[in-house]
Amino acid sequence: MSSAVAEAAAPAQANVKAGRSSLTRSRIRAAWIFIAPTLIVLALIAGWPLARTIWFSFTDANLNNLADYEFIGFENYLANYDGEWLGLLTDPDWWQSVWNTVWFTAISVSIETVLGTIVALILNASFPGRGLMRAIILIPWAIPTVVSAKMWNWMLHDQFGVINDMLLRLGLVAAPITWTANPDTALWTVIMVDVWKTTPFMALLILAALQMLPGDIYEAAKVDGVHPVKVFFRVTLPLIKPALIVAVIFRALDALRVFDLIYVLTANSRDTMSMSVYARQQLVDFQEVGLGSAASTLIFLIIALLIVITLAAGRVRLGGGSR
Amino acid sequence: MKALTRIGFWLLVVAIGLFSIFPFYYAVISSFRSGTDLFRVAYWPESLDVSNYIAVFERQPFGTNIFNSIVVAGSVVALSLALGITAAYAFGRIRFRGRSLLLMTILAVSMFPQVAVLSGMFELIRSFGLYNTLPGLILANLMLTLPFTVWVLTTFMRELPKEIEEAAFVDGATPWIVVRRVFLPLMMPAAVTTGLLAFIVSWNEFLFALTFTLTNEQRTVPPAIALMSGSTAYELPWGTIMAASVIVTLPIVALVLAFQRKIVAGLTAGAVKG
Repeated sequence: MSSAVAEAAAPAQANVKAGRSSLTRSRIRAAWIFIAPTLIVLALIAGWPLARTIWFSFTDANLNNLADYEFIGFENYLANYDGEWLGLLTDPDWWQSVWNTVWFTAISVSIETVLGTIVALILNASFPGRGLMRAIILIPWAIPTVVSAKMWNWMLHDQFGVINDMLLRLGLVAAPITWTANPDTALWTVIMVDVWKTTPFMALLILAALQMLPGDIYEAAKVDGVHPVKVFFRVTLPLIKPALIVAVIFRALDALRVFDLIYVLTANSRDTMSMSVYARQQLVDFQEVGLGSAASTLIFLIIALLIVITLAAGRVRLGGGSR
Repeated sequence: MKALTRIGFWLLVVAIGLFSIFPFYYAVISSFRSGTDLFRVAYWPESLDVSNYIAVFERQPFGTNIFNSIVVAGSVVALSLALGITAAYAFGRIRFRGRSLLLMTILAVSMFPQVAVLSGMFELIRSFGLYNTLPGLILANLMLTLPFTVWVLTTFMRELPKEIEEAAFVDGATPWIVVRRVFLPLMMPAAVTTGLLAFIVSWNEFLFALTFTLTNEQRTVPPAIALMSGSTAYELPWGTIMAASVIVTLPIVALVLAFQRKIVAGLTAGAVKG
């Protein structure tokens, strides 16, 4: 009896299955139709320009006439004319810009991570006016970078700036400092302004991680009388570490391509020039599309390598996390 | 001891608040001072001289610059959301081969250094005849906003319960109708968040705007402010620059204060969950 029922049910089940798979197939077709416009647009405005930039880096193209160029192989990167080495890889200005960018990234991201964690811990405590504080720290992040660079330029003005005025009044310096013009202070000034601008972003990412932590651990630690500092290093820090790493990587990738801040704050000064500023200067100011594209391509390769490592590490971690 | 900790805590809160807000405050009071007054450091608003605000519109086409920024940012938001919501539906609700690879590629594009596409984009924009035009900037800015729009909307789309579209499909609705009638209303909050982020990104964008425009009439606000110059090359019109800075920052600060929660939700969805 039961087998008869099962036999009768089998074709019906097959029907359902066939119906579902044709539904699935039509949904998959719909999926491709839905993502096609986005993919086409991205291929046109990201993929194609990237490919052309890499191609230009192997040519002697000039901005005046982009249609007329010759293939010159790796000469933009490295070339040997009568025993003399030329090209991007021999340009001390390029290496200076690489060094500036790496230094800027390492220092500013480190400071932002530490300060961001402190700010996040404060905003995670409950106190009157917390919502207002959260809104206030978003202001530096929201101000256009060009505007914040100009505002700081004015505040750091060597003769009329308010920062020098404060330092003089407090007796911390004997004479006004030429913040952005002095090679010793220029890069630190850039780092300081970046810290002002991006610490809120860090703080918010870390705060989001803090708010997902279970409260009972802290109750237990409090009952046991564990010192708050110890709780932070033994409990909080390990728990927010994954989020912290993601935030640091995002910020580092962002910092490596820095352009606006340095360009507006210190113009094309050699002391602070980042890789992006160098590439744009070659490309637009000197009209050397070939050489500028070679610099762009190297920047892309550096960042792409970091992204691949990040994504690979992320996948490993995700795989390990889903036990 | 306890009182001391409390005082220390509040001092920190006040210090963070002052540090965040002081540069903008100082820009505001500087913008209301002009002439020799400007070059005397002052910590409190003493005068209310609006001549800088008049000068910024009279001496250069700053009104046009603001209009350009609104047109560019508005179009970029509309296009990113239209493309992003349809793509996010496919990525978030339908399983198909190559989905995660495509999503990873799109995420990678959002981390592209802008300068890596600069010469190729320059050629593209020129060959379309869009150099020194607003459509050229809109096209270029889409590269910055579209990837994260798709990414953030996809994470939101995934979190909606599975049963939502099943009823509609059983009733014979096509995927297109499902997106328009079922998901579009549900996605409104997420769309507002990503739209705001895209607006801010486009409003603040500098490198493309600086490189792909030539005349002051076609510039958006950031390059207009960066390139503001005085009567002589050595003398920057600080008062006017501060007035212009305050004008373009106020709408953004207002948006951020009004939509603070939504913006934070969007930022963390894009980064932490990514």
